[in-house]
Amino acid sequence: MSWAWRVARALLGSQYALMLEYRAEIALWALSGVLPLIMLGVWSGSGAAAAAGLSPQQLSHYFLAAFVVRQFTVVWLIQVFEDDALQGRLSPFLLQPLSPLWRYLAAHFSEQASRIPFVAVMLLVVGLAAPGLLWLPSAGALLLGILAILAAFLLRFLLQVLVTTLCFWSERAAALDRLLMIPYLFLSGIVAPLDTFPPGVRRLALATPFPWMVDFPARLLAGEPLNVALGFGAIAAWCLLLLPIGHWLWRAGLRRYSAMGA
Amino acid sequence: MAGPIIRASGLSKTYRISEKQPGLAGTIQHLLRRRHRDVLAVDGISFTIEPGEIVGFLGPNGAGKTTTLKMLTGLIHPSGGELEVAGHQPFRRQARFLRQITLVMGNRQQLIWDLPALDSLRVNAAVYGIAEAEAQRRIGQLAEMLELGQELRRPMRKLSLGQRMKAELLAALLHEPAVLFLDEPTLGLDVNAQARVRDFLADYNRRTGATVLLTSHYMGDITALCPRVLLIHQGQLFHDGSLADLTQRLAPCRQVRLELADLHPPEAFAGFGQLEAHQGHLVRLLVPRAQLAQQVAALLERFAVVDLEVSDPPVEELIGGLFRQRDSNSEASQ
Repeated sequence: MSWAWRVARALLGSQYALMLEYRAEIALWALSGVLPLIMLGVWSGSGAAAAAGLSPQQLSHYFLAAFVVRQFTVVWLIQVFEDDALQGRLSPFLLQPLSPLWRYLAAHFSEQASRIPFVAVMLLVVGLAAPGLLWLPSAGALLLGILAILAAFLLRFLLQVLVTTLCFWSERAAALDRLLMIPYLFLSGIVAPLDTFPPGVRRLALATPFPWMVDFPARLLAGEPLNVALGFGAIAAWCLLLLPIGHWLWRAGLRRYSAMGA
Repeated sequence: MAGPIIRASGLSKTYRISEKQPGLAGTIQHLLRRRHRDVLAVDGISFTIEPGEIVGFLGPNGAGKTTTLKMLTGLIHPSGGELEVAGHQPFRRQARFLRQITLVMGNRQQLIWDLPALDSLRVNAAVYGIAEAEAQRRIGQLAEMLELGQELRRPMRKLSLGQRMKAELLAALLHEPAVLFLDEPTLGLDVNAQARVRDFLADYNRRTGATVLLTSHYMGDITALCPRVLLIHQGQLFHDGSLADLTQRLAPCRQVRLELADLHPPEAFAGFGQLEAHQGHLVRLLVPRAQLAQQVAALLERFAVVDLEVSDPPVEELIGGLFRQRDSNSEASQ
C-alpha cells in the first residue's frame, strides 16, 4: 500500500469519525443550504423564466440540481484555518511531513460524505411534498454530474486556498471570503440560471470561475444539453491557474508565519 | 551523528509589531497612520547541544525561549544568524528534518479533541510512514511507559489534563524523533502528574538517546531532568552550564537554616551572616561561602541548636532576583 493511499485512508477515516460526532451540526448546515430551493419558489411564481425560454420542468430540475451541487461544494477552509492559526493549532500540523491543506481537504470530503443522508432526506421531503419535481437522471448524466461536482468542489477549494493564505498577512482574512460570496452567489447560478442573465452579464460571468462551480454541474445533473468538454476544460484551466499561485502564496506566507498563539 | 545535533550561532529574531494608543483617537490614528516598532525577541544567541543531552531552557516570560524553540523547529524564520538542527536548516522544513523532531507545547494539543487518541495516532503513524504492526508495538510500549491504557480509547475531551498531556507525549514520540522540543510540558499538571511526566522523559532519554530541550517554569522539572541549563533574558544568553554553576555564580552565599532550643532576638544573630528569616525557634541566615565552616562552628558554639541545614538558596529565587536587578538596571540606563 502506497504512503499516499494509507495517509488518505487514515485521514478520511478519522475525519469521517469526527464529522459523525458533529452530525447534528451538519444536519443544520445541510438545512441552511436551501437557498436554491427558495429561489425555485421565487422563480416558479414569476414569468421571468418562461421569458428566458425555460420551461417549469427545466427550472425545477435546475434548482434541485443546484441544491445538490451546493450541498457538496461547500468550502469552509478559511474559517477553520483562520481559527487554527489564531489559536495555535496550526503549528503542530506544520511540524509534520504533510501539508496541513491535505488534512483540511480530507475534512471537507468527510463532511460531504456525512451530509449524504441529510441531503437524501431533504430530497425525499421535496419529493413527497411535490412528487412532480423529482426526476431520475440518466446514468451518464449522473456520472458526469458527480464528476463535475467533484471538479467544482476542487476549484472552489483552490480558490479559497488563495484567500486562506492571506491569513499569513492578515489575521482576519475570512472577511475577504465574505466579500467573495457576493460574486459567487450572483455569478455562479445559485440565484438564477445563467441562461436568464442578460447576454453581456452572462459573458462576463463565464469569464470568471463562478459559473463552473454551480451552473455547469447543475445543468449536467439536470440533463441539459451543453458543451461538457468546455465545462471540464474551464474548470481544469482555472485549477491550473490557481494551483501555482496558491503554492507560491503558501510558501511566501509560511515565511511570514509567526506561530501566534503557540 | 558526529558533533552537535543543534548548533545555533548569532541566532536572532526581530518581530515588527504595530502599536495602538487606547481610546477613539488612538483607534483613528491606528487606522490612518499605523505605527510599527521592531522588537528584538532573540538577540544573537549561540550554543550547541550534543546528541542525547537534556538541556533546560530557562528565563522569565517574554525572554525569548518560545521564539527560540519556534526557530529551532522551523516554525518561524530567524532574522539573523545560523542554525542547524539534526543536519538541516529548520526553516526549510524538509520532510527528512520534520521526521527527526517533535515539539510538545503544554498549552496546545495536536490530538483531535472529540476523538479517542488512537484515531489521531493512526493518522500520525500513516503520515510518518510507520508500518501498522510497528506502530502498534510503539503505541503499546509508550502507553506502558506512560501508564496509559483504556484512556487511549476515550475521546480526548473526556480525559484529565494529566492524561491528555501523556497522550500528547505519546503522539509526539510515535515517530521516535531524535530531538524533542518541550515547551512547558507539565503546565497545569498536579504534583503527581508532573513527577510521572518527568520520570517518563528521563526514562525515554535513557532508552532512546534522544536529545531534549525543555522549557519550564517549574524548577522541579529542570532540577530533576537537566544537567545543563541555558538561561536567557531579554533575548540574550546569560548562562550556559550546569544548575550548580549557575547557583554558584548567582549566589556567593549559602543558606543556613537553624532550629534553636531557645528563643533569641534578631540582634543575637548579628555577625553570623545576613538574617533572611526569623520566626520563633526557626532562623534562616545567608552566609558567604568562604566563611561557611567558621560561621557554622560559631553558631553551634553560641546557640543550643536542635537542627541545622546548609543548602543553596532556591534557584528560582536567585534567578528572579537576578532578573529584577537587571531589569531595574536596564530601566535606569534608559
